[in-house]
Amino acid sequence: MADEHGRKWDRCLADTAVKTVTGLGVGIMFSVLFFKRRTWPVSLGSGLGLGMGYANCQHDFRSPYLIHGRVVKDQ
Amino acid sequence: MLRACLRGANATARNNFGKTRLTNLQHCRHYTAGETSGGGAAKVVAAGLVTVGGGIGGTILYAKWDNKFRAAVENNVPYSDWLLGLALGPPSPKSGLPIKKQEYKDCHEHQDTSVTAAVHPDTESPTATEPLKERPVEEVAAILAQQDQEEQDIATCSLEESLTSSAKATLQAIGAQEAALQAITRHTLKLKEAMEAEVPPQEKSAQWKDLEAALADRTGAVNDAETALSKANEALDSLKSVIDKSKGLKVSAVRPLVLAAEENLHNMVVDLDKVVTKVHSAESEAKIVSQYSELVNEAKQQFQREVSSLTPEIQANWKGLTGKLSSDDLNALIAHAHRRIDQLNRELAEQRVREQIHIDAALEQQKLEDQKALEKAVSTALQHIKEEARLEQERKLSELREVMEAEMRTQLRRQAAAHTDHVRDVLKVQEQELRVDAEQVLSSKMLEQETRYRQLSQEQLDNFTLDMNTAYARLKGMEEAIDSHVVAEEEARKAHQLWLSVEALNYTLKTANADIPTVPLEGAAQAVRDSCHDSDFALALSSALPEESLHRGVYSEASLRARFNSLRSLARRVALIDESHNSLYQYFLSYLQAALLFEEKQEAPPAQLCSEDLDPFKLLSYASYCLEHGDLELAAKLVNQLRGEARRVVEDWLTEARLTLETRQVVSLLSAYANAVGLGTTQAP
Repeated sequence: MADEHGRKWDRCLADTAVKTVTGLGVGIMFSVLFFKRRTWPVSLGSGLGLGMGYANCQHDFRSPYLIHGRVVKDQ
Repeated sequence: MLRACLRGANATARNNFGKTRLTNLQHCRHYTAGETSGGGAAKVVAAGLVTVGGGIGGTILYAKWDNKFRAAVENNVPYSDWLLGLALGPPSPKSGLPIKKQEYKDCHEHQDTSVTAAVHPDTESPTATEPLKERPVEEVAAILAQQDQEEQDIATCSLEESLTSSAKATLQAIGAQEAALQAITRHTLKLKEAMEAEVPPQEKSAQWKDLEAALADRTGAVNDAETALSKANEALDSLKSVIDKSKGLKVSAVRPLVLAAEENLHNMVVDLDKVVTKVHSAESEAKIVSQYSELVNEAKQQFQREVSSLTPEIQANWKGLTGKLSSDDLNALIAHAHRRIDQLNRELAEQRVREQIHIDAALEQQKLEDQKALEKAVSTALQHIKEEARLEQERKLSELREVMEAEMRTQLRRQAAAHTDHVRDVLKVQEQELRVDAEQVLSSKMLEQETRYRQLSQEQLDNFTLDMNTAYARLKGMEEAIDSHVVAEEEARKAHQLWLSVEALNYTLKTANADIPTVPLEGAAQAVRDSCHDSDFALALSSALPEESLHRGVYSEASLRARFNSLRSLARRVALIDESHNSLYQYFLSYLQAALLFEEKQEAPPAQLCSEDLDPFKLLSYASYCLEHGDLELAAKLVNQLRGEARRVVEDWLTEARLTLETRQVVSLLSAYANAVGLGTTQAP
């Protein structure tokens, strides 16, 4: 169980890093291709990537506590 | 990095050391350039060697000279005996005093062989008498006979020796005396001739020379005779002493020899005396003749003197000188002659007158001398006769003694024969009596023995039946005891089996190494189940073992402890996370808290937990403390109080701990039960 925490962190960080770099790359590409080398797509892309990674991480860490429930209407 | 530092340090050290070594060598070279120190060392070594060699050499020499010193050195210094043996050969035995004594003995023996011959008889008899008490009679008789034989031999030898020596000496003395006699008679004859014969002057001097020679002969012969006589006397005395000694011995066989020796002695003494008397008579005659010659010489000399006083020029022989004499001289001479004649006539008259008186006086003197000679002769004859009589007596005595002894022997023989007959008769009678007595005693004893034997055999039979009965009863008792023992042993064996299996189960719990669980307990549990068929309690317990432990095994407390230590940090980090707080920001906060908050590593848990104690940090420190002190149960309980993510994180650990605790509880219960059963089956002495 303790290892899982560590594993989670590994996954999380790797995932975040990948996403960030990918976003960065896409942003650079967009910046270069479509937006006349402005910085805002790069930062947008890296931000997007980082955010996605963060969210994934949080979800991963939260997963034990998530309850998938269905609302049952009273009839 | 440490190794690099060390290497650097070594390098620097080596460099420094190397530099100093070079300088040292240079310094040494300076010193070795000078000769003093090297030469000094060599001198010291040489002096030491010389001293040691000198000491050893001196010790060896002195040990050679003095054996005591050698022995002392060998005792005190190890391996010195080997060295001294090499140098000097084996040590000579202690030969100081005993050898001297031996030499003394030899000397004494050589010197005293002649004396011991006489002393032997005296010394042997006391030595024979002392051990008389110890030796048996036959031996004593044999020894005495031997002694007598020896004494006899010695006595005979000594007697013979002394006899021969004394005979020789006596003969010698007699011969010498006869020779002296001859010489004396010759001398007297010559003297007489010289006195009376009227021979021409040339022959006179020859005569005088003869006379002197004869005188010398005589004196020589007389001296020889005297010495021979003294020797003979000595020999005779020794013979006498030997005879006396042999008389002193109590051996009868020597007596005839002694008698013969005595007779011989007596004869010799007699002969010697005769010859001595002859010599004495010859000497007295010679004395008379010499006196006469002296008187004549004196008268001649007197006359010579008178003549010379009257006529000094006239020579000795005046007969041929008658022509040369003057008338005065002649007249004086004649006057003197007349006067002398007158004087002589007067003297003659006087002599005639006194003749008788002189004759009487001479007769008296002669009588006296005759008397003395007679007395002497009588005494010697008396002695001889006494001696002969004594010898005769002794002879008679010895003969008589022999006769008496023979008679006594025959009488004794007769007595002995009579005694033996009597003894034989008495012995026969005694034998009869003793035989009758002995037979009586024998028969009574036999009867006694018979009755005793019968009694004993009866007793034996009774005892035997008794013993058989007791043995049978004991055998029965033993069989029962053995059966009960067998039953008890069976019980004990079963209990032992159970205990062993429980011990095996207990042991399997110990097979856990760090991080590796124990072997599956299935086998041991099965063994336990097999060994407790009849005990429901044990069966229930053995089936209460958790499945996981059976199939997989349990972790040891040490591994759990180690795991907990690593878990603790993780639990601390996620202390703020629970169902409601589980975003990453919360995670960040939780991490921050863990970094900044410091709690006790171990804290003793209180007896009762209050709400403040439910703080995860506190709980963790309590649990750490419990684990460190070996209380896994309390630690598990405390860890159970954790909530949220911390709880999730330590869930695994908790289950493992629960498993271990359960297994341990069951096993301890089983072992307690097995011990109890085992104690129950043990038989108290």
